[in-house]
Amino acid sequence: MPEVIVENVHKSFGSVEVLKGVSLTVERGEVIALIGRSGSGKSTLLRCINGLEKINSGRIEIAGHTVSSDPRQLRELRRDVGIVFQSYNLFPHLSVGENIMLAPKIVKNVAKAQSRETAEKVLKLVGLSEKFDAYPDELSGGQQQRVAIARSLAMQPKVMLFDEVTSALDPELTEEVLNVMEQLARDGMTMILVTHEMAFARRVATKTIFMHQGKIWEEGVSKQLFSDPKTPELRQFVKADVK
Amino acid sequence: MILRTFGFSEFGFLVSALLWTVVLTIIALGGGGIVGFFIALARTSTHKWLRIVAATYIQIIQGIPVLMILFLSYYGLSLAGLQLPPLVAAGASMTIYASGYLAEIWRGCIQSVPKQQWEASESLAMTRVQQYRYVILPQALRISLPSTVGFAVQVVKNTSITSIIGFVELARAGQLINNATFQPFRVFLAVAALYFVVCYPLSQLSRWLERRLHARSHR
Repeated sequence: MPEVIVENVHKSFGSVEVLKGVSLTVERGEVIALIGRSGSGKSTLLRCINGLEKINSGRIEIAGHTVSSDPRQLRELRRDVGIVFQSYNLFPHLSVGENIMLAPKIVKNVAKAQSRETAEKVLKLVGLSEKFDAYPDELSGGQQQRVAIARSLAMQPKVMLFDEVTSALDPELTEEVLNVMEQLARDGMTMILVTHEMAFARRVATKTIFMHQGKIWEEGVSKQLFSDPKTPELRQFVKADVK
Repeated sequence: MILRTFGFSEFGFLVSALLWTVVLTIIALGGGGIVGFFIALARTSTHKWLRIVAATYIQIIQGIPVLMILFLSYYGLSLAGLQLPPLVAAGASMTIYASGYLAEIWRGCIQSVPKQQWEASESLAMTRVQQYRYVILPQALRISLPSTVGFAVQVVKNTSITSIIGFVELARAGQLINNATFQPFRVFLAVAALYFVVCYPLSQLSRWLERRLHARSHR
């Protein structure tokens, strides 16, 4: 059974339809890259998958949960689905360690000692062990984003969603975040990422999906998709990136 | 008629009345703080009707003079057979007045916490209460400190209005002393100075908190 099922999803903001019948499945351990121009609906699709945006019709299942508008069901879902945002969204009044330990403690009632152990583990994973007591505003953007990833990982999610997580970062900081994500992918995490990093999508994603005008325009194994695009839209998009 | 002069014991009387001004301020900020806190929560609630009720409350309180609230709770209720002691009527009126303004100040602070903080905490499976308790309110509290302390200065000065129902706080004490001494310049300058002594440090505190808030957010 697939880890994520998206079935004929429609989503409108007012009179503008941004998702026009999107369907996809993601198997456990797969890494899916969503690419496309801004306004193509890729970020909206990702936000629908964890219920941050309500869909108008269709069906979404993820990690055994059905996306609904019931807050209780959504909370169950979000225990198993992590999301990382473009703007990091760390809690500025809490230290790095507290940022990571908060949700496990209050949502999952994990004992303090154990949540600290987990926090140290995930912080080590993203290469920031020494920043446990630092505050978010003392960190670079890349470091903050790695903490945000660690914070999600501490909930031990089954699926991780990444919403343009490197778009706000300088190139050299982008690299350190991508490295963490690549490590996660290698460790077998199921991941869906909206990204502008074509080279990363090509190298790390098992499958890449090109979205255009609210639809899945073209999809396939990443290497093939990039080296041999079938539609003129994707051909142009890939070409524009090379320049 | 023998006039007293404004001397040491008269000044002492003013100082002891200042104590009542402070007590009334504490009642207003304490009571108004508790009521205002819940009104602010209702004002930012996801339930439409709670928001409407809270907004209406704020509009009404801000739209009428404190004096009217005071008259209603003192004269109005006594006509209805409920004779409140001046301290209670004054305390209740100032509480209602402060709650309307604090609710509005704090609503702004809650809403100035970025929307992404809601999304991030929601995505970590927190309940709405947990989001408020651990993520939103701690940040809103920091933002609210300068304006809340600034408002406290207004409350200190506005307690003078309760002199009208005979509650002897600083302004009323000034009137009484003036009636006995007929030295309005000395008396009311002393009264003004006493208000200043309380308000100035509060204003400075508010400004310091404001600067600190900016320094932190631009680090």
